[in-house]
Amino acid sequence: MTDQANSIDSQAYLDMDLLRFTTAGSVDDGKSTLIGRLLYDSKAIFEDTMEQVESASKRMGDAQVNLALVTDGLRAEREQGITIDVAYRYFATPNRKFIIADTPGHIQYTRNMVTGASTANLAIILVDARHGVVEQTCRHAFIASLLQIKHLVLCVNKMDLVDYKEEAFTKIKEDFEDFSSKLEINDIRYIPISALNGDNVVEKSEHMDWYDGATLLYTLENVHISSDLNHVDSRLPVQRVIRPQSNEYHDFRGYAGRIEGGIFKPGDEVIAFPSGFTSKVKSIETIDGKLEEAFAPMSVVMTLEDEIDISRGDMIAKPNNQPEQGQDIELMVCWLNEKPLRPGGKYAIKHTQRDGRCIVKEVRYKVDINTLHKIEDDKNIGLNDIARIKIRTTVPLFYDSYKKNRGTGSIILIDEFTNETVGAGMII
Amino acid sequence: MSSYSLTHLKQLEAEAIFVMREVASQFEKPVLLFSGGKDSITMVRLAQKAFWPAKIPFPLMHIDTGHNFPETIEFRDRLVEELGVELIVGSVQDSINRGSAVEEKGPNPSRNKLQTVTLLESLEQHQFDAAFGGARRDEEKARAKERFFSHRDEFGQWDPKNQRPELWNLFNGKKNMGEHFRVFPLSNWTEMDVWQYIALEGVEIPQIYFSHQRDVVNRNGVLLGHSEFITVMDGETVEKNKTVRFRTIGDMTNTGAVESGATTLEEIVQEVAAARQTERGNRADDKRSEAAMEDRKKEGYF
Repeated sequence: MTDQANSIDSQAYLDMDLLRFTTAGSVDDGKSTLIGRLLYDSKAIFEDTMEQVESASKRMGDAQVNLALVTDGLRAEREQGITIDVAYRYFATPNRKFIIADTPGHIQYTRNMVTGASTANLAIILVDARHGVVEQTCRHAFIASLLQIKHLVLCVNKMDLVDYKEEAFTKIKEDFEDFSSKLEINDIRYIPISALNGDNVVEKSEHMDWYDGATLLYTLENVHISSDLNHVDSRLPVQRVIRPQSNEYHDFRGYAGRIEGGIFKPGDEVIAFPSGFTSKVKSIETIDGKLEEAFAPMSVVMTLEDEIDISRGDMIAKPNNQPEQGQDIELMVCWLNEKPLRPGGKYAIKHTQRDGRCIVKEVRYKVDINTLHKIEDDKNIGLNDIARIKIRTTVPLFYDSYKKNRGTGSIILIDEFTNETVGAGMII
Repeated sequence: MSSYSLTHLKQLEAEAIFVMREVASQFEKPVLLFSGGKDSITMVRLAQKAFWPAKIPFPLMHIDTGHNFPETIEFRDRLVEELGVELIVGSVQDSINRGSAVEEKGPNPSRNKLQTVTLLESLEQHQFDAAFGGARRDEEKARAKERFFSHRDEFGQWDPKNQRPELWNLFNGKKNMGEHFRVFPLSNWTEMDVWQYIALEGVEIPQIYFSHQRDVVNRNGVLLGHSEFITVMDGETVEKNKTVRFRTIGDMTNTGAVESGATTLEEIVQEVAAARQTERGNRADDKRSEAAMEDRKKEGYF
């Protein structure tokens, strides 16, 4: 490597961004193979890991190196050949770092998919070219849409098993287009691949001249995500009040938190909830110096011109763009626990940094996650069910609809006896 | 990139700071587990940022096997002094003396497994209810399933099949008496991210991360630094003055060196980019079995 190349390389990471995506597919759609392929071809698998995979492949009697084993985690998963829990994988190309939330596809693992999807920018859904769009495809797409993932890539896998024929791909694409009109995802792309052979994953396939679109990796590298965050509605949920009480910072009083939307600048008028008092932003502080502006998803410390009553769980916004507030909240909830939802039951809740309790006032309907139909006469909400419910909270929440803002529109329900997270809620 | 987007390092930093502030607010008595390695040094840097201009509101705790690189201990003591935070040392030797841990038999016993005993004893003794660890999900396959907020029962055990779902950035730290949490702010960082961040921020790290001359013993392909803790066995020789550095820093008896001429952070970043072995590939402790880490984690390891 020349000196010049060295200096370019060593600076490149200062300009990389980050894409989080989730992968879903039915059992045997080749999801683990696809992830193994992405990691392998982008050189994210080290030699010692590869040696383990090779020896494990041999032990299991596989004819060729089984890339799916790259993503095997726990002992029980290796023994049973299934994925039990969300696993996170990492790789990078020169301009972007990727975080994969690898979620199992079995019907009983809807809760894992919801978990993986909750932080994702993009979802990859795998379809077996021989079987086409199946119930699980629709379910995965619905969950991606419900969780407000903005970009979806439908990978038609195992093209090698249908002789790389265009008709197979086109049929699946058309079927999915019919279904996806019911979804709220605007950016949907279709890619014919063979994860096993590497066609259109990282390298363009030599077997599908009829496809002139991008490879999967190219798509992941280039999908535009910087406008996906809300930069309009300014929200700073207060995480902690910072008061050093040292001589140097005797009167310092800063509000620490992660910006969940919009932009704050010194001089901006702000309003705090629940107090309703207004003030102006005095400064946005970091150890590295003051900032001229702050936006999502920065973690900052804000100081205000006036001393007003603000503590953890409060919300700072702008007077001309306020969050909704109230104690009667409607939400879509995905149930995550074996113990079913108790209508009329009480749960602890977390919304932004606000803690409280709630009572489930009403189950309005359950969603058939394969057809998206409302089921109004079955109100038993168990593990992996998705339902629309109404809750009343002990404290007012300062929120936005989940569609408008994932950060201020999401809520979790917690069992007060076991402390387990039992429900994932999206405010309507 | 557009003006309203953050680089991957800034996003990871913001996420880690958020997690640290959550812990400081949700728990009564957190502690930061500090080994003197690059990951725990990075955590300290992030903690400084999270609470600045206030001091870091929790102590550091070092679980000391007694088999330390002297450079690590010097570095640790200097850092603690600069930060003005309390340092607690949990000693594996003390656990052995008390009889709660038993030294492995044979030459060069590893104290890696014994650290779990000392760690759990120390957490209990000081009644810490949350402990920050520098573990990353990219390190090892059992770690890939770890949560940011990882619940431990009253025996300190991890139950990988029964973890709490973790959605958005809503972290549930609720627990019963006697239980605690391990929290991993660097979950989403890779080895490369940590090195890039250290280079970007100009974070000081112990000198043994950089290339230097050292006598080493080659044991099953792992280059161990020759020290009083290493007994040279039949068929092994001491290789004098090898030019090496360490990719990870742990116990001297099981942390292997790599041959390297990297003397600057930028050279280390270049080297990590070209590396074909995982950093734990040089850790004798992980080579014991395919599920070595999973088993240790279940018992309460870092």
